[in-house]
Amino acid sequence: MRWMWIDRIVELVPRERLVAVKHVSMAEDHLHDHFPASATRPAFPVMPASLIIEGMAQSAGILVGHAEAFREKVILAKVSKAELTVDAQPGQTLRYTATIRQMDAAGAATLGLVDLFDPLSSQPRRIGEIELMFSHIDQNMSGMKFPEENFVFGESFKTLLRMSGVAIPT
Amino acid sequence: MTRDDIFSKVRTVLVDALAVDDEDVKPDSILTEDLGAESIDFLDIVFKLEQAFGVKIAQGELFPENVAQDPTYVQGGKITPAGIAALKTRLPHVDFSKFEADPSLSKVGSIFTVDTLVRFMEKKLAAK
Repeated sequence: MRWMWIDRIVELVPRERLVAVKHVSMAEDHLHDHFPASATRPAFPVMPASLIIEGMAQSAGILVGHAEAFREKVILAKVSKAELTVDAQPGQTLRYTATIRQMDAAGAATLGLVDLFDPLSSQPRRIGEIELMFSHIDQNMSGMKFPEENFVFGESFKTLLRMSGVAIPT
Repeated sequence: MTRDDIFSKVRTVLVDALAVDDEDVKPDSILTEDLGAESIDFLDIVFKLEQAFGVKIAQGELFPENVAQDPTYVQGGKITPAGIAALKTRLPHVDFSKFEADPSLSKVGSIFTVDTLVRFMEKKLAAK
């Protein structure tokens, strides 16, 4: 099993842009640990920033992987920048918009925007920017050999793609 | 573009890619040892140089690839004379004079200094 941090892909422009959403729910255990009640204040459950970055990494990683029909093993190699200005709370929805800034045989650099939708507001709010670097690990790592099977894009990712109506390129 | 202009742009790229301060980036700074560059940073630097200078840099053009996998080029943990000759041909922007005294594979990263990038961009822009 793989921990998926996006619920649905809502737009995919191959080699260019992918938009995905993540609904933040009180049913998710990690929210209760981030941050639990202390002696001085009640619980303050918010989506951990590290998991928002992971959500963007999954969105951008799928975009990069899709560009080469998921033949490359696309690994998050660097978080070049991550700025998040507002907490995401249960009942709100995150929207990740990932775009490819540059890409070549060795890997890719992506730009990401994070927007927050609140049911009490008619407009989304821009809450962050996340820039990432991905490595095509078969093309790097000084020729190190990895399993032939693409262990990065497993069944969970394929389910997400199918569920979102995204054709898996062959 | 003058050499100083190129250095200034290269410095901006390195400050951005490696999260170092302006004053840390000197011509003789070694990307790995002095500025903390790791393997993925080399791809990041290539991408950022392409953007900053409006050029396309082919894979292996700035930094060498797969040298360690060729037994002709590496023996006993050292780059062979044939390997150094091949690298000199592939990487004319690199000054190998210090490296040749101790061509250990583990020290190959030390050949890439800020000046190496400046020389590379000088040649690249001249050929444009």
